[in-house]
Amino acid sequence: MLSPLEIAALSLSLKVAVWAVGCSLAPGIAIAWLLARRDFPGKALFDGLVHLPLVLPPVALGYLLLVLFGRNGPVGAWLHDWFDISLVFSWRGAALAAAVMAFPLLVRSIRLSMEAVDRRLETAARTLGARPLRVFLTITLPLTTPGILTGLLLAFVRCLGEFGATITFAANVPGETRTLPLALYTALQVPGGEADATRLAFLSVALAITALVASQYLARQLSKRIGL
Amino acid sequence: MLELDLTARIGNFRLKAAFRAEAGVTALFGPSGAGKTSLINMLAGLLRPSQGRIVVQGHVLFDSKQGIDLAPEARRLGYVFQESRLFPHLTVAGNLSYGRRLVPKGRTQVDFDAVVDLLALAPLLTRRPRTLSGGERQRVAIGRALLAAPRLLLMDEPLANLDGPRRSEILPFIEGLQRQLGISIVYVSHNMDEIVRLADQLIVMADGSIVAQGPVDEITARLDLRALTGRWDAGAVLTTEVAAQDQRDALTRLSFQGGDLWLPQLSLAIGTPLRIRVRARDVSLALTPPRGISILNVFAGQVIEVGEDDGPQVDVLVDIGCPLWARITKRSQRELDIVPGRMVHALIKAMAVDRRGLGSEPD
Repeated sequence: MLSPLEIAALSLSLKVAVWAVGCSLAPGIAIAWLLARRDFPGKALFDGLVHLPLVLPPVALGYLLLVLFGRNGPVGAWLHDWFDISLVFSWRGAALAAAVMAFPLLVRSIRLSMEAVDRRLETAARTLGARPLRVFLTITLPLTTPGILTGLLLAFVRCLGEFGATITFAANVPGETRTLPLALYTALQVPGGEADATRLAFLSVALAITALVASQYLARQLSKRIGL
Repeated sequence: MLELDLTARIGNFRLKAAFRAEAGVTALFGPSGAGKTSLINMLAGLLRPSQGRIVVQGHVLFDSKQGIDLAPEARRLGYVFQESRLFPHLTVAGNLSYGRRLVPKGRTQVDFDAVVDLLALAPLLTRRPRTLSGGERQRVAIGRALLAAPRLLLMDEPLANLDGPRRSEILPFIEGLQRQLGISIVYVSHNMDEIVRLADQLIVMADGSIVAQGPVDEITARLDLRALTGRWDAGAVLTTEVAAQDQRDALTRLSFQGGDLWLPQLSLAIGTPLRIRVRARDVSLALTPPRGISILNVFAGQVIEVGEDDGPQVDVLVDIGCPLWARITKRSQRELDIVPGRMVHALIKAMAVDRRGLGSEPD
């Protein structure tokens, strides 16, 4: 039903999105907590920085990544020398680009949900003998799960659709960084590729709808479970 | 048991309080804004006093001079909030055992089943907080606090969000805590009826400071506190014990310092301590021992104080072995020449002290 090329693009897209979102989750929760519950000097600036990818042109962000993480960039050179990891032209690079682009959506959703958690419940937990870390893990985090789930979904879908930063930073390498949007773009560059492009577009739509429906179902189950 | 001496500034509000509380139930009473909740929040470690000292059962929880300020979780004080604050993502059982798992080793655990029995929680264990009624929620919140094995239980107007019938449904459970578990309680309320029913000691607060403290019956008898305590239907509190049951006439005899008091039958075991409130308007005075009347309870005593009042009535404080209030008309007071020092007979109608007078709802 699907051509080998389509399967390659689809599985690569999923792999990139899963890795990007998976690796963003822990820092996403930490930063959401910082923004929701802490006051520190420069918080507004930090907040702006986290949300920067939302307003920056993806190509510009891809270029910034290239400068930082490219072979000769400060971080890229270090990664290459010490861990022999190269991000450019690799699916890891695509995952990094996708992760950076999707990060604000993840943080925003978790943060809003965390701000909605009744702090009086946290106080109650402390009077019952729980230290702050335990309160966070047993009260705050479970009550934030609907927001975490929503954030994960938004970020995941954003990763699937990532184009500009990926093509700028990780390039368009078949089987390595050519995700669905990049494959679609490539098909359009070839004369007579409209049929392939249409199939890829439908594939993207199907994927996005599946993700949305699944996450809504999960969110409902979860809300029921945590008694909200 | 509890020793406290604190000063604090919260915005423009200044709080200064010092008291010692013995084991039992200590009520913090006062109008809203008096600083009651701030005070127990400081006890619990949720609010930081500017200076002072808090000692509970010999453990220093706060001492500004020594730089001691234990975190709330290290203070081991149970806290029952006005809005039960149950964890919505946990079942009732999960809520109950939340603090239980955190009891430090070496501290005696509180028996789960005993608390479940005491508060009648067994049918609720698998339910979610959202599905509980207000009264049930408060019972679970009390159980949850108890199971964390606290040194002292703090209750901040735990009945304030409940309607009348729910209130009287929970009061017996709170009474049971003290009697059956022997835990000391600091009980914040602005409802005198709850306090009379539950508390042994009373601390009256106003505008951030303590204006009076002592045994409940003593404080409620003080005329100078009427402006504060008198929002509630004036009356005296008698500390009694069930002495006998008269099945034939369906009466119960209570003994107290002033003698014996006959009331319509109460289904209580002999020896049960009972604090009752006798409203001033249910007490009349006579100069000579009355004969040929239907009133069962007559007590001889001496007038201690005659109140000042703008209306047609005055409140008279009579010592019948313990303080008793009588509300009479000014005309009677003048004609009988009721002045401090005079010997009188106080008449209490047995039917006047009904179950409603036992501290539940004012009518």
